[in-house]
Amino acid sequence: MTFAQIVSWFTDPANWQGTDGVPNRVTEHLLYTALTLLIALVIAVPLGAWVGHSGRMRWLVTGANAARAVPTLGLLFAVSMFVGPLIKSDLAFVIPSIAVLVLLAIPPLLSGTYAGIDSVEPAARDAARGMGMTGWQVLTKVEVPCALPLFLSGLRSATLQVIATATIAASVSLGGLGRYLIDGLASRDYVQMVCGSILVAVLALVADGILALLENRAVSPGISGRSARVARSRARHPDHHSDPIGADRPDPDSRQAALVGSGSTGPVEATATTGTPSERDRT
Amino acid sequence: MTWALDHLGDILARAAQHAWLAGLPLVLGLVIAVPLGWLAARQPRLRAVLLTTTGLLYTIPSLALFILLPPLLGTKILDSINVIIAMTVYTVALLTRTVADGLSSVDGSTRQAAVAMGYGAFARFRAVDLPLAVPVIAAGLRVAAVSNVSIVSVASLIGISQLGYFLTDGYARSYPTEVWVGIVACLLLALVFDLVIQVASRVLTPWTRAVAA
Repeated sequence: MTFAQIVSWFTDPANWQGTDGVPNRVTEHLLYTALTLLIALVIAVPLGAWVGHSGRMRWLVTGANAARAVPTLGLLFAVSMFVGPLIKSDLAFVIPSIAVLVLLAIPPLLSGTYAGIDSVEPAARDAARGMGMTGWQVLTKVEVPCALPLFLSGLRSATLQVIATATIAASVSLGGLGRYLIDGLASRDYVQMVCGSILVAVLALVADGILALLENRAVSPGISGRSARVARSRARHPDHHSDPIGADRPDPDSRQAALVGSGSTGPVEATATTGTPSERDRT
Repeated sequence: MTWALDHLGDILARAAQHAWLAGLPLVLGLVIAVPLGWLAARQPRLRAVLLTTTGLLYTIPSLALFILLPPLLGTKILDSINVIIAMTVYTVALLTRTVADGLSSVDGSTRQAAVAMGYGAFARFRAVDLPLAVPVIAAGLRVAAVSNVSIVSVASLIGISQLGYFLTDGYARSYPTEVWVGIVACLLLALVFDLVIQVASRVLTPWTRAVAA
């Protein structure tokens, strides 16, 4: 297989029309992803916020994280074998796949929301109350902005997980870009498989890039450390003990940056190191 | 249950292949991620570059990566080396950040004490920073191990032999028992990996137990 074959696949008009065309497959893939995330958000966000706020039923978060060890392929096959025959319509292939995708999207969203709310400093909450904010104002002006970085990193890993698994779900007859990979394999059309893989990779990278931008825009500068003024005033803070020997690099406490950073670390890690948002530095 | 017992030999053989495909990349990934993480922890600018690059690699879905590697590397699609390399890429992506975070989390006063005792940069890294970062690195390694075991099973879709075979074969033959056996075997393998890493982490950090006792 050569580079020219890949180019000719992408420039072949036949690959851009109809059900099997690139626009339709991309749309399908995005629709599955959006639908899944919507359902998962509706389930995971209130639950995670409640667990984080009340501190009760933390085992839910631990349990959801442990459930991630279940191989996604196995879950996909098992659910479609059991649920598929129960549904007598064209949706027999779509519903089980979406159900599995939702199951996979819940753990990162749940622990992201939980860790976000849990990471809000009690002092910040108390200060807001002391300033005379109502419960609703505390929630919208303090808790939500502080929880946002961890929640968004959960959303990012959930999105990636769903895009990747929706590809695999083509093996249980779901549409989307995975069709090129699975159909290409069945008909030994290796060029089609490679071109499908390129599309999947590009889709994942673009989706992740958009969410990274959103993360950058939505997170308050005071939390992300984007504002240079905040950083400078923090450096002058009297409690900030100077470190003459380790002065070869800045504040060693860049551990928190992991949680807001650009990579797709799972919220497993996020829950392990819930930090004080005000101390996070920039990546 | 009887099916599992009847096919025990086959299950164990595939479990061994699975352990190899998921385990070797963990070791390779750790070996690559430690120097990268060390660089990232020392140079904030390099940290941004390294973590962004590895983050982008981690973004590529596994099935797509399994298919894209052969033309890039000139290997055959059925070569298990593709899976090993893909899993190593994912492991490095996860661990570089963890190693950097672990090294950065070492207390400033501990580092000063080491410097005052005459440790050079490398000796300090080997004898002080790295051992103290073991718990954080082990936590990252556990995440990587569990995700590796799960992702390797996807490779059965392109015909690489491991525990995932029971999933695809069971589905193709509409035989749920076989799928369940595959799932349980994967879970057990992930559990074994997790326990091995936890034990290794405990053995490597005797001081944490000394405090507890």
